Order: sequence, then C-alpha cells, then structure tokens
Amino acid sequence: MNSSRLPAAEFEVEEVGRAVHSPDLGARQEPDAGMLQILSADGTMAGGLTAEIAGRTIDFSPYLSASDAAHLRSLYRDMFLIRRFDQESTALQRQGQLALWVPLTGQEAAQIGSGRALEPQDYAFPTYREHGVALTRGVELPDILRLFRGVTNGGWDPRERNFHLYTLVLAAQSLHAVGYAMGMQRDQLADPSLPPAASIAYFGDGASSEGDIHESMVFAASFNAPVVFFCQNNQWAISVPSSVQTRVPLAQRAEGYGFPGIRVDGNDVVAVEAATRWALEHARSGQGPVLIEAYTYRMSAHTTADDPTKYRLSRDEQEWQPRDPLARLESYLRSAGMADDAFFEELGAEARAMATELRQAVLSMTSPELADRFASVYAEPHPLVQEELRFFQEYEAGFADEGKHA
Amino acid sequence: MATMTIAKAINEGLRASLASDPKTLLMGEDIGELGGVYRVTDGLKKDFGALRVVDSPLAESGIIGTAIGLALRGYRPICEIQFDGFVFPGFNQITTQLAKLRTRSDGMLSAPVVIRIPYGGGIGSVEHHSESPEALFAHTAGLRIITPSNPQDAYWMIQQAVTCEDPVIVFEPKRRYWLKGEVDTSAPAGDPFSAHVLRRGTDATVVAYGPLVPVALAAAAAADEDGRSIEVIDLRSISPIDFDTVTESVTRTGRLIVAHEAPTFGGIGGEIAARISERAFLSLESPVIRVGGFHMPYPVARVEEQYLPDIDRILEALDRAFAY
Repeated sequence: MNSSRLPAAEFEVEEVGRAVHSPDLGARQEPDAGMLQILSADGTMAGGLTAEIAGRTIDFSPYLSASDAAHLRSLYRDMFLIRRFDQESTALQRQGQLALWVPLTGQEAAQIGSGRALEPQDYAFPTYREHGVALTRGVELPDILRLFRGVTNGGWDPRERNFHLYTLVLAAQSLHAVGYAMGMQRDQLADPSLPPAASIAYFGDGASSEGDIHESMVFAASFNAPVVFFCQNNQWAISVPSSVQTRVPLAQRAEGYGFPGIRVDGNDVVAVEAATRWALEHARSGQGPVLIEAYTYRMSAHTTADDPTKYRLSRDEQEWQPRDPLARLESYLRSAGMADDAFFEELGAEARAMATELRQAVLSMTSPELADRFASVYAEPHPLVQEELRFFQEYEAGFADEGKHA
Repeated sequence: MATMTIAKAINEGLRASLASDPKTLLMGEDIGELGGVYRVTDGLKKDFGALRVVDSPLAESGIIGTAIGLALRGYRPICEIQFDGFVFPGFNQITTQLAKLRTRSDGMLSAPVVIRIPYGGGIGSVEHHSESPEALFAHTAGLRIITPSNPQDAYWMIQQAVTCEDPVIVFEPKRRYWLKGEVDTSAPAGDPFSAHVLRRGTDATVVAYGPLVPVALAAAAAADEDGRSIEVIDLRSISPIDFDTVTESVTRTGRLIVAHEAPTFGGIGGEIAARISERAFLSLESPVIRVGGFHMPYPVARVEEQYLPDIDRILEALDRAFAY
C-alpha cells in the first residue's frame, strides 16, 4: 500500500490496543538508547559501535563492513533488487497471476543484513516474508513465487541453499530451528572437525505472542542450542499493533530465558549485519542462543489481501518514510564517494531486466498434475493413497474422449 | 522366546533401536531418570546417556517441534507424550507441520519422527488420562498410526516405526502395559501396517485394536459357547487400514462388528463400516455394527466400566447382527 493513498485525516484508531490493553503498561515501543545503530537515518555513519547486552559491553567493530565499499554496494544492490522483486510480485498479484503476495518493503535492511551474515553451513528457517533472506541464500527468485502462484507449497530444495521452506503457521518453524540446531550441536560433538554452525529462526512481532516462540526459547536455553532468534518487529501483526503483543521491547524477553537479547535498528543494514554476525558467532562457539529484535516498519500491507488504510495512521507512515533503509545507504554511498550515478543507473537497469525475467518465469510456470500430488504424501507405499490414485486415474480416463476433464 | 510385558517389550524394542542407529534418540518428559511415568524407558538413559535419552522441558509442542528440526538434520527422534489427553498442545506441530513436510517439499524432505502416546481408559485415572484420540490423527494425511496389542507386536512395531521414513504415531494401550506374552526377538517382523487374523471363525468378524483386542477375543470365546463361530481381527494399523484383510474375512463370515474405545461418532469404526459396505455389500448378512464409546468426554473413573466396550457389549452387537 502506497502511503500517498492514505487519507489525510487521521483515524480514531490511535488507541487500538491501548484502550483495552493495560493503558499504563503498554509497550514502550520507542527505540531506546540501547538500540544498536551504526548508519543513521540521515545517511551518516554514526552511533555506537558498542552496545550493552546482558550486562556486558559488546564491541561490534570486528563485525563491521562499513569501510568496505564493494561490500556496502553489494548490500545496497541486494536491497534494491529485492524491493524491485517485491513491486513486481505485487503487480503480478494485482493482475491475478499470484493468489496472494506478502510484501517486504521497508524490511530490506533487516533481511539482507541478517542473511548476509550467515555462513554457508548455517541454516535459516523463514516465516513467509523472508524474500530478502532467500536472495542472500541464492534461492532463485522465481522459485519464491511458486508457492504464491499455487503450483507447489514449497518452491526450492531447502538442502541446496540451507534455507528452509516458508512456514505459514506462525512460529511453528522456531521449534524446527531449535531442533535443527540441536542436531548441529550433536554433529559437532560427534565430529569436531566440522565447521561450527548455527540455525536462525525468523519471525515477526505478531508471532512473538505464539506459544511456540516461548517453547522454542525454553528448549534453546535448556539445551544451549546454537540458534539465533531473529524477530523483525515491523510494528504490525496485520492490523494489530505490537503494543498488543508485548509490554516490553521484545529484545528484553531474552533475559527471562537466560540468553542475550539485542535491539538493532532494523532499517540499518550495517548494524543488522554486524549484530547478526556477532550473534551467530556467539551461537556457533557454544555460548548458546541469542535473540535479535530488528526494529523496523512494514511500509506496505501485511499481504495483498490487507488494507492498512483501515487501521494505520498516515502520520506513522510519514514518520517512518525518512528512515527508509535504501535511501539512507544510498545517501551514505554517495557522500562517501563509494557509488555514483552510474552505479545506481546500472542497478536500475539490472532490476528492470530482472523484473522482466521474473514475469516471464511466472507466466511460464506449468500447473502440476493432481495425480502427481499423490506421490509425495508418504515416503513409503501407502495402500489408501494407491487406491485413490487408481480411482482418480480411471475416473479421468473416462473423459478421454471429450478431452481433459475440466 | 522370552516372556515379557508390553511395557518391557517396548522398552526392549527402543533399546534395540538405540543400539542399532546412533542417530536415534528419545525425547520426552520424565523419560530419563524416572524411566517414564509407566517406566517404558526404564534404564535407557543409564545405558545410552543423556544425549540419547533426553528429559525435555515440559512442553509437547516443543518436544514435537524440535523433533521435526532434528529429523530435518538427519536424526530419528522418538517422542514420548505422557498421556493421550496431553498430546493436544502438540497437535498443531503434528498435523500442520509433521504430517505435511513431505508434501510441502514435493517429496524432497522426510520427517521420520515417531510419537509414542499411551492411550485408552480402564486405569481409574482422572480427566485427560484415558482418551482415545486416534481418529483425529488418522484423518490427517501424511501420518501413519499403529497400535500394538501384544508384547510380540510391541517389540517389533516400535522398531519398524523408527525405521519408517514417514512419521509414525504409536498408540500404546496403557491398560495392557502389564499384559504378558511371548516375544520372539529373532523372528523377522512382518508388515506393521497389516491386520492380523487372531482367531478363525465362520459366522461373523469382530475387528478390534489395541486395548480391545483381548476383549474381542474373550467375546469370541463366549460366543463360541453359544454355537457362534467368530473371527477376530487385530487391526494393528489405524492409518493405513488393511481393508483387504477385513474384506476377505467379511466375504466369508457375512457379518462385521468393529469395536474400539474411542467415541463411535466420527471414529475409525465408521470408516471401516463404510469401506466394507462399499467393498462387500453383497456378502453382508447384516449392517456393520459399531461398538465404541459414547458422544461424551471420557467419563469419570467411577463409571468408566460402563462406558468402555466390554465382552457383553460386543456380544449384544453380535446378537443384533444375527437378528437380521
């Protein structure tokens, strides 16, 4: 949803949640002084390179990529391409080519920054909005649309990219990430020559209310699992604000489970990458889980079925607009002399070509045969599935004379 | 041949699984030092260590969800749910995740997770300790559900569940944990997803599974005294169901009674009745009759004996079948 489409007058929904949910105890969602920010909203490298986490001062300098021009340009490129991908996918949905689309605009820095912090041996468990993370893991972008096109419930081979399939039931994958990390831990014990690895579980502020998030954090803490919980607090769970999900900044919850939690500016790709690199190293080195809260903003709708004008204030959107993760990195790259017009123009052309290819790829996706779907219900032969497949094939064959049954 | 209880047979089966594959592990509440509330995992932690026999936090979704993650990493987790009525906090992970992993990945991923659930009544316990929720899981494609009724099956079926590439729920008849029988630990096991004809007969077939198998056998013996020859089938597998064995039997006997502890409405008995009506309608001398629990939450212990199908309830059903 483009903010220009929001009505000028503000709604009377400012009190959504607060009016009925403990008005005095509502979450203080303003970023506090402890939030890690390195690239400020006006595009200057500022902020602290240290943060207080669980009573310790963590120095993030070793995890910084700020002075590496080529790296910063590549972070910008990823963010730019994935935003273009998001726009093209939204258009495809509007044209009826996708059943649904889940936009990520506004969350590029949180996703690209964290995704680029992963090593090949790490394994990521996304929710369903992690298109940027998918890009950093080398997933082919058209494959992401296969689920939304309705030709599969998956789309790629998770083992090839160490990037799991999307999970639509909120927070379910957080437990899978912990179990997977427990497996990594066991593998490491059995064979210390393996490179240390960690898993990362992505979820949102809405999912943070699900019981599975609690259970996953309990298990992760109990077994000291090498897992990073990466919460993208984009302020909204469809129409419900994050103040209804939590009374305290989400990062603070980690303390109750006994592991470090850090709030990072989710629109600052440099800070997100540094924080995630640190957290992954913490996990891989046997020090246990970490919770990262990337404080960000969903600039578009929850999905294309959603209408943010019904619940969101245009004022809030206007407040977040200047914090755009792409704009601030562009500003820095230009002012530091790390990128010029030619770079941005070239990137624009690359993105347009990518969008064209994406559109062609989506339109050429073939529908699967229902008969083929019988094959993946079970790994081993199953008499009921075999019987129903036989029935279906014979039934279909009965229409052979009149062409394919509608 | 050794004589052992069902509980001991499962224990020995788990021991064999743990010994044969270092990737197997047990997870559950109180399964380590305590050996499980029914002592089914007794002594396993002592012999295989805390990494293989994991006392987990008290959280069913957590147990099953992390087991899925471990399976994705190549491990073979065997989860214990303490009681039937406590599986529901883990229902979401079982039905929306575990059952669908293979389909969602277009066959690329497997989820060989085993979930053991002591189930059924007759132990005089309190609420949520005596339920039979098998139909709720059988309705979900992607799961396999088995239920042994004797020590021989208990020993082998748990091991077969562990080596199966699909997720398997093993419903263990808790009131039969102390039932003793011969176990041939050297005999090659047959297909765990097939039904067994336990008793040959010519006049009617009684299908039962798990805790009701001994009841069905006793009812058949009683009917024998009345001059009725009853065939008894132990279903063993609830998903898939071995309809071929049941159909073959009914085409010979002409009458079918299905007995289970779970409520009759929407239960496994209805599925069997419908299928057999489709497959063997012309062989049937009477409608298929279901014997099961009533449409109520499992009742308080003081009246559970009236709720649970017993010999007389099966004999009454047979009377009705023979009245046609």
